[in-house]
Amino acid sequence: MSIDLNGKEPTPMSHEGHTALQADLNAPPVLSVDGLQMYFPVKSSGVIRRTVGHVKAVDGVSFQVREMGSLGLVGESGCGKSTTGRLITRLYKPTDGKIEFEGRDIADLSQRQLLPLRRDIQMIFQDPATSLNPRHTVGSIIGAPLEIHKVLPRNKILGRVQELLEIVGLNPEHYNRYPHEFSGGQRQRIGIARALTLQPKLLVADEPVSALDVSIQAQVINLLQDLQKEFGIAFLFIAHDLAIVRHFCPEVAVMYLGKIVEIGDRESIYGRAHHPYTQALLSAVPDVKQATVGGRRERIRLTGDVPSPINPPSGCRFRTRCPIAKEICAKVEPPLLQIGPTHKVACHFPGEIGKAPETPVTSRLLGVDDYGTPDAGASPVELPTGPSFANTWFDLGNRTIHTP
Amino acid sequence: MSTTEKKTTAMSSDHSGSYLSVRDLVVHFPTSDGVVKATDGLSYTVDRGKTLGIVGESGSGKSVSSSAILGLHRGTNAQVSGEILLDGVDLLTLGDEQMRRRRGKDVAMIFQDPLSAMHPYYTVGNQIAEAYRVHNRVSRKAARARTIEMLDRVGIPNPDRRVDDYPHQFSGGMRQRAMIAMSLINDPGLLIADEPTTALDVTVQAQILDLLQDLQKEFNSAIVIITHDLGVVAEMADDVLVMYAGRAVEYGPTKEILVRPEMPYTWGLLSSVPDVVGDTDAKLIPIKGNPPSLLNPPTGCAFHPRCAHRDKVPGNLCFTQLPDLTPAAAGGTHTKRCHIANPDEVYVAEVLPEIAPDLVEEQQR
Repeated sequence: MSIDLNGKEPTPMSHEGHTALQADLNAPPVLSVDGLQMYFPVKSSGVIRRTVGHVKAVDGVSFQVREMGSLGLVGESGCGKSTTGRLITRLYKPTDGKIEFEGRDIADLSQRQLLPLRRDIQMIFQDPATSLNPRHTVGSIIGAPLEIHKVLPRNKILGRVQELLEIVGLNPEHYNRYPHEFSGGQRQRIGIARALTLQPKLLVADEPVSALDVSIQAQVINLLQDLQKEFGIAFLFIAHDLAIVRHFCPEVAVMYLGKIVEIGDRESIYGRAHHPYTQALLSAVPDVKQATVGGRRERIRLTGDVPSPINPPSGCRFRTRCPIAKEICAKVEPPLLQIGPTHKVACHFPGEIGKAPETPVTSRLLGVDDYGTPDAGASPVELPTGPSFANTWFDLGNRTIHTP
Repeated sequence: MSTTEKKTTAMSSDHSGSYLSVRDLVVHFPTSDGVVKATDGLSYTVDRGKTLGIVGESGSGKSVSSSAILGLHRGTNAQVSGEILLDGVDLLTLGDEQMRRRRGKDVAMIFQDPLSAMHPYYTVGNQIAEAYRVHNRVSRKAARARTIEMLDRVGIPNPDRRVDDYPHQFSGGMRQRAMIAMSLINDPGLLIADEPTTALDVTVQAQILDLLQDLQKEFNSAIVIITHDLGVVAEMADDVLVMYAGRAVEYGPTKEILVRPEMPYTWGLLSSVPDVVGDTDAKLIPIKGNPPSLLNPPTGCAFHPRCAHRDKVPGNLCFTQLPDLTPAAAGGTHTKRCHIANPDEVYVAEVLPEIAPDLVEEQQR
């Protein structure tokens, strides 16, 4: 197959259009994260650098990624989504919590113990220009994992590298070129080829397309979809572009200040969001279809900036910017409550836009009154926690536990 | 409005009355490899109180053509020709000193990355006040008061305290607000915003776009917004100019361009971005290949190597002849640069069902 790199960039698989990815919501999890925490110490200035506080970048996050599935992690910058990705690839060691990969907790493994695991969990980085070594040829970048893990004898590596280049839609003859000789989209394909080298089971993609031009973004997204189908890879897809996440991920988790505020299947998050933050995020996305009516879309206006994760607000972390916050929100932190078969939300007043309940739905469950003060007469209910979805959930309509 | 301003407006009436009128703008950069034709014959107009959105990929010449308006290519080896009429005065014929007097006062620019556009060693207030003092003979104290007033206007909390902060002490959204304050402090008639929200989160982006619209109403300025986000264009712009390889390929009212596009490149842009609402059966269809090199652009229509519809044109017209910017089928001021004879029919029959199946169903009902 001859490929002319300068004019066209034929990608055998990813030229026809792709519809949004569908996935089996009952598939077993390949990754299960429970109560994950990452606190970075803040040191005082001066000679004796004492720890004066912590940046609570990730503070008790639980979710699952299913086999062949794709979980989208969205949120504003600084919400901890990239840190979560780096914890799962164990580029950081978590402060607390469990990361179960194929049933084995990898949160506390040593570097040596991690080595075999690196084959199964790989990462695609945001900026292909800075994540590829400019002094190495593409061939040695993509071949390095094979050499390190001693998967193939040296004389077979080149063949495999060329095969990988072809899979991601690059010319296999270009293995001895350097990264700067490629365009942005092609460089991202090199990053993807490197991540694929060891045939991983889980790929953590941290903003894989946000540095690319619009038309190239679609090429890379379609390529990732093809690879997922062909090699059965599960994705943790970290991005701030809600439209791309909607297209790529059948399941989505929304993060705010180190916590998941809402998690669920695509339809629940984009069609029936129950958390005011998710609603605000979705309504802030400018929409092309708005052109038919003109002007700006009606939306929930969030004021101010995200508070500092060193000293987050008490109770619900979103309350300082929340349009519907009440007294209870400052006092008690809302639990991540399951409100549907595959839908969890962390809010005292969950409801679709304009339909938020008058009184907190969580007060009875937490053993407090409607203003957040502990109620001696109430009996707190044991709520199911953990990364998976339970068979029973809290019915928002009649405020009882629903058992199917 | 002062009498001198009235005079110039009267003078500009023979230039179709637009505040900014760019005609046949050419920006070429001679390099050792040959001439880079960054912008090649671009024409557009913007009225006061109106917004023009310029859309295109990186390297399509959208930023280059706009910095030419500010005269930022003076002193480089760039070859600029054509006409840039601002309020009836051709900016390209002005001397450097005269241009310097207008820059920041009549034309201002908001840059994409406020962290690199601001000086890290000076306080935010110092930099904003400088922009004011260059064009107005006022005391430091008066400039500082005006700065605080502007910071307050763009929504920075405690402006009297934050005025003494350094850029790194501001968050990304606040820095962009400070940039907007800096560009608007002299009440310019034309504001060029080069990807003003690309580096920002969606919630902050929404705040900044709101702010720009409010300020536009207040100051009645003309805005040119350069972006690659069609959503931003749909919500902000009155007119859209789609650029490809240094040329306009489609130009007209926003509603026309985004609802009845007639150029395959615009179709490609629309089909390669997913939506947050609507049908999940909508397909994501990328434009194949990469943007062309401006050193050696393709012959004929510059888009032909990537065009999925070039077989609809008889002969090899797309390869040999550059199409003219001709009126679209729908008429009006909508123009497109394409050889296809019936682009409106092709769009409805072939493109729309793929990218918005729900819309087609709606129309059939």
